[in-house]
Amino acid sequence: MSTEKTFKLDGRDIPFDDGDTVMDAALRAGEYIPHLCHDPDFPPHGSCRVCVVGVNGRHTASCTLQASEGMDVDNSSEDILEERRMLLQMLFVEGNHTCPACEKSGDCKLQAVAYHAGMLSPHFTHFFPKRSIDASHPEMMFYYNRCILCGLCVRVSKYEDKKSVFAISGRGIDSRLVFNSPSGKLGDTDFSPTDQAASVCPVGAILPKYLGYETPIGQRLYDFKPISVVGDETARDIAKDKLTNGGPDE
Amino acid sequence: MTSPLETAERPQDMKRIVIEPLTRVEGHGKVTLLQGKNRNIRQARLHITEFRGFEKFIQGRPYWELPVLVQRLCGICPVSHHLAAAKATDMIVGAGELTPTATKIRRLMHLGQTVQSHALHFFHLCSPDLLFGFDDDVQHRNITGVIEDFPDIARQGVLLRKFGQEVIRVTAGKRIHGTGAIPGGVNKSLSLDEIRYLQDDIARNIGWAQGALELLKNIISEHYEHHMQFGTIQSNMMSMVRDDGAFELYHGGLRAKAVNGDTIFDHVDYVNYNDYIRESVKDWSYMKFPFITSLGEEEGWYRVGPLARINNCDYMRMPLAETERQEFMALGNGLPVQSTMAYHWARLIELLYCTEAIAELLCDPDLVRKELRIQGNLQGSGTGVVEAPRGTLFHHYEIDERGIVEKASLIVSTTNNNQAMNESIRRVANQYLDGNRLNEALLNHVEVAIRAYDPCLSCATHAMGKMPMELNLVDASGELVDRLEKRVTGRIMRTI
Repeated sequence: MSTEKTFKLDGRDIPFDDGDTVMDAALRAGEYIPHLCHDPDFPPHGSCRVCVVGVNGRHTASCTLQASEGMDVDNSSEDILEERRMLLQMLFVEGNHTCPACEKSGDCKLQAVAYHAGMLSPHFTHFFPKRSIDASHPEMMFYYNRCILCGLCVRVSKYEDKKSVFAISGRGIDSRLVFNSPSGKLGDTDFSPTDQAASVCPVGAILPKYLGYETPIGQRLYDFKPISVVGDETARDIAKDKLTNGGPDE
Repeated sequence: MTSPLETAERPQDMKRIVIEPLTRVEGHGKVTLLQGKNRNIRQARLHITEFRGFEKFIQGRPYWELPVLVQRLCGICPVSHHLAAAKATDMIVGAGELTPTATKIRRLMHLGQTVQSHALHFFHLCSPDLLFGFDDDVQHRNITGVIEDFPDIARQGVLLRKFGQEVIRVTAGKRIHGTGAIPGGVNKSLSLDEIRYLQDDIARNIGWAQGALELLKNIISEHYEHHMQFGTIQSNMMSMVRDDGAFELYHGGLRAKAVNGDTIFDHVDYVNYNDYIRESVKDWSYMKFPFITSLGEEEGWYRVGPLARINNCDYMRMPLAETERQEFMALGNGLPVQSTMAYHWARLIELLYCTEAIAELLCDPDLVRKELRIQGNLQGSGTGVVEAPRGTLFHHYEIDERGIVEKASLIVSTTNNNQAMNESIRRVANQYLDGNRLNEALLNHVEVAIRAYDPCLSCATHAMGKMPMELNLVDASGELVDRLEKRVTGRIMRTI
């Protein structure tokens, strides 16, 4: 008799170990639960809520939900899909996500998750916030327009790079990413393109300078494969690879 | 050289007729006519009624976004803006001469776009006027009328345009708003499969381009005098030419010719365009009025686009197009051809040229090579100029030390033709509308003159912050209560 612990995800038995979250176990079993602020290599954050699932009638973030024996997890009912679409729509209208001209388009997780979720329109009224660019760093750019406050750069810079370049400041709608330097400028931090945090951004908020649209349409990460097939590791590898390219000599 | 019909005296005493919206042109515009005693036309003006702000809102963006961002000015010829901005950013990244592969991929993209734009203009927008007559029933004088009466011609138009768009897709990734050109080069070369795919269709498209030109020549020859004098004005001509004087669309020096054929300037490095061209502003238009500086505002306005390019070049490299060019130039008896309707003729010679040039370029082995990009030392500014389907297109950018755009200046093809289009509609108003009771057919004559230029009105209006404006407050009885005027200097004055 097998002693493997399992829970059900859309009717399929998913094995898990003690301490696993529903997200951990599902991804390991090859089941995709949409996520933006989560990366399997780093501690969960539970901020974007796009990984919402239904468990025993409650909707909760799967990236922070401990798996337990006998759970019945709903990852694909129309209720869940609609809630995900709404969360994505709110992310889109809260920032300025101009996909048609964005250099991350085709490689962007937010865009890919929105396609996967079947989001066809922003639905809500755009906020059109006035946000700037921080171009003070000699090699990297920060685009406030595109930041979805997932906190991945914060966690990776702190736990992997041991630098704490980033933090989220403010509350509610006034939350924003800040940089750990006396001037508040990215250029005055010790951030480097070789940092793990430089390639972890799921959107086009943190990008290398002097490069854009290097990958032809048709060869971008999500041009032909949905994000459920591409996976997190491939996305990270591609982002790191781009950072190894150089810009113009100065 | 400008017409007295630009501004009437005592306009409040006249009847105002408005043609709005202008149809079968790209963008939104209108024509206002003032009719005085005896129905004489006293004023005729072309207005652009939409408003854009590209020069302003690209400020603060990084320079490497420019080729993709600025092309959003237009949905018909975005490749022109894409390439003009790419050429400007080539200068910014200090690229110097690009690799042969990058240059040829860009040229191919540009030829494809000229094919699709010219095909769209001739078949979809203008053929109803030319095939059915300017005064045909408005219910019939449109592209569906062409599809019903001339299905083969309509089909050829659609497929020619499709071919041009496929060339763009293969080189830039998408038919509209692709990403092929990047600062210092391109992001892809072509595969042999892609080349073979385009070659499959090329002979048929050259044949259709020849057919379209023959069709137009037949239409013009049936009423030769009418077409040659319709809306005709005398103007200078400006275009790009190659170093040896050959017809050129992508890269070369600027040449301007006067009405008598004399050269005003030649082989001017476009980086110095500001020394040769200026723009004036009029308080009744959102669109600026460029002119050749040495001739002044009154005498220096000019025409650009197919008519100017064919008139200005010494020869065309493609044999079929060159034969057609020689026949065309004979119309002018040694002088530049000034007929406004000859724009159509010149445009279709260019269509033929582009299909021939695509066929030639598709045999070039450089298209499949992998040397895509050149990089150098970052510069503070860059200028890019191409011959867009509608005429000479100027992009100029200045960046700061962080790579962020501080200043942008665009002179868009249609803007170059602003004065000329206004002069042509005044000529038509004088020829056909003056003294007549106006009806739809007569008003369409005005639109026919504008359509000949193939204006892109949404590209042409891009200024921000300097446009003059007039605000009138009128009470319920129609009495003017208050009026504020914003002058070009930005000064606001109460003028009542």
